[in-house]
Amino acid sequence: MSGDIAVSVHGVKKSFVTAHHVHPVLHGIDIDVAAGDLTYLVGASGSGKTTLVSIMAGILTPSEGTVKLFGTDIFAMDHRHLVDYRLSHIGFIFQQYNLIPTIDAAANAAVPLIARGVNRHDALAAGNRMLERLAIGDQAAKYPHQLSGGQQQRVAIARALVHDPRLVICDEPTAALDARSGRRVMDLLHELAVGEDRACVIVTHDNRIFDFADRILVMEDGLITHDGKEVPVEEDMDGTA
Amino acid sequence: MLWIAIRMLTGDRQKFFGLVFGIAFSTLLITQQLTLFVNFLGRGTTAVYNISSNDIWVMDPVSRTPDTALAMPSTALERVRSVDGVEWAAPHLREGATVRTPDGDLERVTIIGVDDTSLVGLPDAIIAGDRNALAMPDSVIIDSVGTARLFGEEVDPIGTRLELNDRRAVIRGIVDAEPTFTSQVILYTRYSNALTYVPGARNRLTFILVRATDGTDPQALVDRIESETGLRARTREQFARDGVDYLIENTGIPLNFGITVTLGFIIGITIVGLTFSLFIRDNIKQFGALKAIGVRNHMIRKMVRAQAAVVGLIGYGFGVFGATLFIKLFEDDPTFKGFYTPWQIPLLSLFAVFVILAITGYFSLRPVLRVDPAEVFR
Repeated sequence: MSGDIAVSVHGVKKSFVTAHHVHPVLHGIDIDVAAGDLTYLVGASGSGKTTLVSIMAGILTPSEGTVKLFGTDIFAMDHRHLVDYRLSHIGFIFQQYNLIPTIDAAANAAVPLIARGVNRHDALAAGNRMLERLAIGDQAAKYPHQLSGGQQQRVAIARALVHDPRLVICDEPTAALDARSGRRVMDLLHELAVGEDRACVIVTHDNRIFDFADRILVMEDGLITHDGKEVPVEEDMDGTA
Repeated sequence: MLWIAIRMLTGDRQKFFGLVFGIAFSTLLITQQLTLFVNFLGRGTTAVYNISSNDIWVMDPVSRTPDTALAMPSTALERVRSVDGVEWAAPHLREGATVRTPDGDLERVTIIGVDDTSLVGLPDAIIAGDRNALAMPDSVIIDSVGTARLFGEEVDPIGTRLELNDRRAVIRGIVDAEPTFTSQVILYTRYSNALTYVPGARNRLTFILVRATDGTDPQALVDRIESETGLRARTREQFARDGVDYLIENTGIPLNFGITVTLGFIIGITIVGLTFSLFIRDNIKQFGALKAIGVRNHMIRKMVRAQAAVVGLIGYGFGVFGATLFIKLFEDDPTFKGFYTPWQIPLLSLFAVFVILAITGYFSLRPVLRVDPAEVFR
């Protein structure tokens, strides 16, 4: 299923500077994520997964190194173009969904299109269509607080996919769901977010969904310590060996 | 995105109504208090503008306003009449007195003595009775505010006898005149009659009302009267302004109204600031998510501005409506007779609302602009 390189991360280091200390978080990451792959980033809390995925998405600047998305060096762009690039080419699914509570599901799904200046009527129609594809078209007029956790997650997925992005970044997309709902969400992601010209990177601790991965990258202390189809048997997701 | 911004705002009804209330309350307080302030200051001019036929007021050099005046010798009238450019000069007496109504109530009143023959000094608008009835013995004409105060709305006072400074007075008419700052009952009578009502002092001529001949510049005539008679002369506009200045300098009105208007402003900033901050804080994750998705800070600013504009316009509308309603509800009250809201005041309130929203919006927006989109992954 793998094709062209979707995400190319080379020599990426990241340190956070506080008043008295420099805290290195990533120590030099080199990975290529192929288009068509569903790639997992796993590792204990504090291993650097979130930092790495934030850098991949262009919302955190690396201290060193380059990140290319589909051949484009995103940190060579000025900030304005990078933000526009994100809006056009990247879809986000957050652990807490971060849906806007005062607009309905269709409008939440349509946010990236509305942000891009698409006519509201067309954007809402596209949001509705995406909700239909995710089998919650009948919930389109409901507000987030009227939906179950699984339904909210589907709205978040619809929002991530509505503008047809080439890269989808997911942060613990199944953490708040039961096993059945979690697998259903992964089915949908696998069906909709992965393709020949696109890729999906998922940060997760959820070993119930590991079998969906085309590739699993294990991180530890700011380094990739394992790269394969499965997680090493001895690896414990709480970070203890 | 602005549509989403408005929905974010209006969807959180508690905070939306809190914000609208804050702006509306501020606008109401600022507009209503400034309206009262301007109109109360305007009361300093009513004694002058109730009389339309003269160009100039002449008085003792120490006199300041219609209500703060020292009487002159009666000979002053002839001296003024002898000044070149004076078409006519009429005596005008203003003096305090006490009246006892048929019910036995006591009330402080102002007696105004107008010229015996021309009745110069009597307001033009007679709403009951006849101005010529002043020629009858002991006749007085009462102002409409005084009628309401002494007799209420139901009783027709024409023909009613009053005990005015221990003398008989009969009400022969009602005149429509704006009340003065003190809102005292005003009784108009002939000058010669007025002299019998006020206690016997040597000098009782309070003012001389002067009309300039055609083609004479009132200001030039004012200068001439002052130089030739040694008296103080003011054009109508100058004397009206003197009344306003006196109120500003000698009463606590500017300070009291200023404090209330400032409080309205501070309350607006406090309520709107706190509510807006809470609203932003509650939505900071959503704003962070929008930034991560690719919404620029420029658009976030526009969203917050749109939210502020909606709150501001709705709150301002309610506030101005409330202030207008207040004036409308009390228009029949003698204290507020003739009150209106000058167009500049709603504009001033709008500016205050703009400043309130600019200050609160600025401080509320800062955390949104500073939020790191990467935070949504943490």
